[in-house]
Amino acid sequence: MSSIKIGRRGLLAGIIGGAMMMSAALPAFAQETIKVGILHSLSGTMAISETTLKDVMLMLIDEQNKKGGLLGKKLEAVVVDPASNWPLFAEKARELIAQQKVAAVFGCWTSVSRKSVLPVFKELNNILFYPVQYEGEESERNVFYTGAAPNQQAIPAVDYLMSKDGGEVKRWVLAGTDYVYPRTTNKILEAYLKAKGIADADIMINYTPFGQSDWQTIVSDIKKFGSAGKKTAVVSTINGDANVPFYKELANQGIKATDIPVVAFSVGEEELVGVDTSNLVGHLAAWNYFESVKSPINDEFIAKWQAFTKNPKRVTNDPMEAHVIGFNMWVKAVEKVGTTDPDKVIDALPGIEAPNLTGGISKMLPNHHITKPVMIGEIRKDGQFDVVWKTKDLVPGDAWSDYLDGSKDLEADWVGKKCGNFNTKTNKCGS
Amino acid sequence: MLRNARLFAVLVLSLFMATLSLSVAARAADFAASLEKFAADDFTETAAAVDDIAISGSPNAQKVLEALGNARLFFDPQTKKVYIGETDNSYSDAATGAKVATPPAGLQTVRVNNRLRRNIDMAIGTLTLLSPDAGRRQQAADSIFKSRDAATLPALENALKAEKNAAIARTFTEARAAILLSQPDTPRADMLSAVSVLRGRADIGAIAALRSIPDKADADVKAAANDAVAAIESRLKLISYVQNVWYGLSLGSVLLLAAIGLAITFGVMGVINMAHGEMVMIGAYTTFVVQDLIRTRAPNLFDWSLPIALPLAFLVTGLIGVIIERGIIRFLYGRPLETLLATWGVSLILQQAVRTIFGPNNREVGAPSYMSGAFDFYGLAITWGRMWIIVFTLVVFLTLLAALKWTALGLHMRAVTQNRRMASSMGIRTPWVDALTFGLGSGLAGIAGVALSQIDNVSPNLGQSYIIDSFMVVVFGGVGNLWGTLVSAFALGIANKFLEPLAGAVLAKIFILVLLILFIQKRPRGLFALKGRAVEA
Repeated sequence: MSSIKIGRRGLLAGIIGGAMMMSAALPAFAQETIKVGILHSLSGTMAISETTLKDVMLMLIDEQNKKGGLLGKKLEAVVVDPASNWPLFAEKARELIAQQKVAAVFGCWTSVSRKSVLPVFKELNNILFYPVQYEGEESERNVFYTGAAPNQQAIPAVDYLMSKDGGEVKRWVLAGTDYVYPRTTNKILEAYLKAKGIADADIMINYTPFGQSDWQTIVSDIKKFGSAGKKTAVVSTINGDANVPFYKELANQGIKATDIPVVAFSVGEEELVGVDTSNLVGHLAAWNYFESVKSPINDEFIAKWQAFTKNPKRVTNDPMEAHVIGFNMWVKAVEKVGTTDPDKVIDALPGIEAPNLTGGISKMLPNHHITKPVMIGEIRKDGQFDVVWKTKDLVPGDAWSDYLDGSKDLEADWVGKKCGNFNTKTNKCGS
Repeated sequence: MLRNARLFAVLVLSLFMATLSLSVAARAADFAASLEKFAADDFTETAAAVDDIAISGSPNAQKVLEALGNARLFFDPQTKKVYIGETDNSYSDAATGAKVATPPAGLQTVRVNNRLRRNIDMAIGTLTLLSPDAGRRQQAADSIFKSRDAATLPALENALKAEKNAAIARTFTEARAAILLSQPDTPRADMLSAVSVLRGRADIGAIAALRSIPDKADADVKAAANDAVAAIESRLKLISYVQNVWYGLSLGSVLLLAAIGLAITFGVMGVINMAHGEMVMIGAYTTFVVQDLIRTRAPNLFDWSLPIALPLAFLVTGLIGVIIERGIIRFLYGRPLETLLATWGVSLILQQAVRTIFGPNNREVGAPSYMSGAFDFYGLAITWGRMWIIVFTLVVFLTLLAALKWTALGLHMRAVTQNRRMASSMGIRTPWVDALTFGLGSGLAGIAGVALSQIDNVSPNLGQSYIIDSFMVVVFGGVGNLWGTLVSAFALGIANKFLEPLAGAVLAKIFILVLLILFIQKRPRGLFALKGRAVEA
C-alpha cells in the first residue's frame, strides 16, 4: 500500500481524468444499448411467482446479446422491484419509461398490477408484454397479452371434463380466491355451463380470502356436494399460495382425482415444487405449455434454463413460455421496422409469428392476444404433468368473452378498426 | 340387464374354464396380445387392454394392473413389449413375469388418465375380492361400492358367501345393495331391502347410491329411498354440528399456537412485536432444513423429523429473539410506536433474508406417516394431522403455564412484569429476564412454525398470514392473561367455523372482525382483564 504514493495534485488530476473518462464513456454507452424494462416483484407475496420471470427475461436478453444484440446494439436489462405493491407498480413503470427510457417493458403478474400500470403506459406511450393467463375483458393499444385468455384455458378445460375422457362431469364446483380474475372467470364459466344446459343446483360457487389456510369446512362441503350421485369436478381459480393447504386437505380427507377431479388454472410446475404430490396424482391443470411436453425446442430451452440458473432441478412453466414468445415477437417486430419507437413497433407487432415451445408457431393477433395450443395435464408423482388432452390447432385468444352479456358484441381490432372495444351491433368504438 | 350380466358372467366363467383346458401357451399368447395394446400409447387402446386383462384370468393380471395404476408399467416403442418396473428398481417381463436383467433403453411409461384409473381400480377390486389379505378385500368392497358396476355382481356374491369377516361382509352387502339399486330391472323386494341396507350405512356414499335409483323404479321404492335419504341427511346434519365444533377446535388450536408466543412478548412484556410472524416462519424453515438433512443423510429417520425439529426450532428462534431484544427492543421500552416500526423493519429484513437464502418458492415439508390421512369416528372424518396439532397445542400451553408457575425463570418473569423496580431491588437482573422472556416468546413462535409447516405453505410469506390473527387472539382474550388467550383462540375458531358454512369464508372473516371491534368497544381490556397493580405498570 505504501509503495503507491500519489501527491495531492496527482490525486486531483486522477479524479478529474477519471470523471472525464466517465463522462466521455456515458453517452457512448447509452447510445450503444437498447434498454428493456423488467417489472416483476422480487419481494413481497408475489415474489414467489414473479422472480422466475425476471430470471427468464435476463436469460433471454443475455442470449440475444450473444447473438449480436438487436439493430447492432446490445440489449440492457433494467430490473426494478415493485415489491408486490400495486401502486408501486405504476410508480416503477413511470421510472422505467420516463427516466430509464426503456424501449419496452416485460412485466406484471396479477390483474390488479396490470390495471395499475395501464394509465402510465397510455400516457407515456410505451409497450407492456403481459405473460400471465388472465380473465380477459380488456384490450389496450399499449399492452400485448401473451398469456391465455379465458377461451384459451378455462373453456377448453370445462369442455374436456364434460367429454368421455374427462369423466362426463355433470356437477361443478367453481372455487376461487376472492379477487377479479377468479370472479370474472367464474362468471364466464357459469354463463357457459348454463348455456350447456347445467342447472343452477348443479353449480356451487365458493370464494375464499387470499392465503386461506384452513380448508376443512370447504373441502367437506365439496365432498357433500359431490355425493349427489352425479359426477362432480372442481374448477379451481384458487391463487397460488392458498393451493398447497387446499390440496393437502383434499388428500387428508381422502378425495382422490378419480372421485372428484380438481382442474386448476393457477397451479403449474413452480407451484408444485413445494408440495408432496403423491396424493395429488390425477388432479388436472389447464395451460398452454407444460415442461413435460417433448419437443426439440422445449428440450433445448429447459437445458439452457437449468444451465443459466445453475440448478439442474429448476422447473419451467407456462408464463415463462409466454415471455419467451413475447420477447421473440418484440425482437422480430423491432427488426422489421428497424427502430424501437413504440408507435411503429405497436403497429408492426400484429401478424408477427414466433415459435412456441411446444412445437407450434404462435401469431400475434390484431386484438393484441396470441394464438396458443391448449393442453390439459394430469399431475404426476414427480410434480410434473402428463398431457392427457391437447387441441389439434392453435386457439386464437379472444379478448372479449362470447358468453357474457356485456362483452358478447365487443371486438378488439387494433389493425383495421384501431379500437380495443369495437361494438359490432352499434358499429361504434367504445362499448 | 341384470340377467344379462349374470349370463355374461357365466359365459366368462365357462370361457375361463375353456381356456384353462386349452394349452397354456395359447392363453399366454392371448395375454401377451392384450398387453401389446399398452404399447399403442393411446387411452382407448389402454382401456381395452385393461378390460381384456381383467377377465384374462392370468395369474399376472393383478400385478400388471397395479403396476399400471402406479405408473410402473413401461413399454418399448420398438418391440412393443411391456415391462413391469419393480419396487426394487429391477424390471420384469409383464407377459411372463420373468426378471429382465437389462431392460431395453428408451422405455416409456404407459400413461393413464382419471377414467382409466377408475377402470383399473374397478378391475383390481374384482380381482382382489377373494384376496387372503383382509385389507385388500375391504378396499375391493369399497371400490365396488363406489363404482356400482353391475358386471362385478356375480363375483361379489361369491365373495360375500365366502367372507368370514363381519365388517367386510357388511361392506360387500352394501356394495351389492348399491349395485342392485342402480339396475332398473331389479325385483321390487330386492330394491326395498337394498334401500334398508343403505339406510343402515347412513353416510354420504349411501346417499349417492340411494339417489342413483333409475327413474322407472316403483313409486314406493322411490318413496322409501327418499325417506332413507331424508333420515340420513338429518343424521348427517347433527354430525355436521359436531364436525363444525371439531373444525373450530382445530382452527382454534392453530390460532392459539400462533398466538401463544405473542401472548408472552406482547401480553406479558407489552412489546408490540411485528416480527412475531417471522419467528413462526423461521421455525417452519428449521423444520425444512431438518427434513432436508434427514432425507439426504438418514431417510429412515423421516418420521422423527418433527420431534427433532422442535427443540432446534425453539433454540434457533429463541436465540434470534434474544438478539433482537438485546440489539433493538431494549432501547425502545416504553415507546410503543417506535417498537412497532422497528420490529416491522426487522420482519421485512428477516423475510427478505430467508427469500435470499432459500429462494422465493415454497419449500416442501413432508408429513410423517402419523400426520397424514384421516380416520372415521362415529361418522366424523378426523384428519390425523389436525388431531395431533390440537394435542400438541394443549401440551405446549400447559407446559408453558407450568414453566411460568414453577420455574425460577417463570417466577422472575412474573416478578418483573408485576413490579420492575421492586424485582430489581430484590436482586433480579431485570435486563436478562427481559431478554430471556422475549427469547421464550420467540421460541414458542418457532415451535408453532414446526406444527404449521404441516398445514401451510413454507414460504417467506408464511408469517404474514398469522400476525394479524395472533394479535386478534391476544387482544380479545385479554392482554397478559394466558388462559384468556386459550379461551379466545378456541372461541374465535369455533365462531368462524359456524359462520363459514352460512356466510362463506370471506364474509365469515369480516363478521368476526366486526364482532371483535364491537366487543373491544364494550370491554377494551378483552375477555379476561388483569386487575390490580400490573395493569398500571
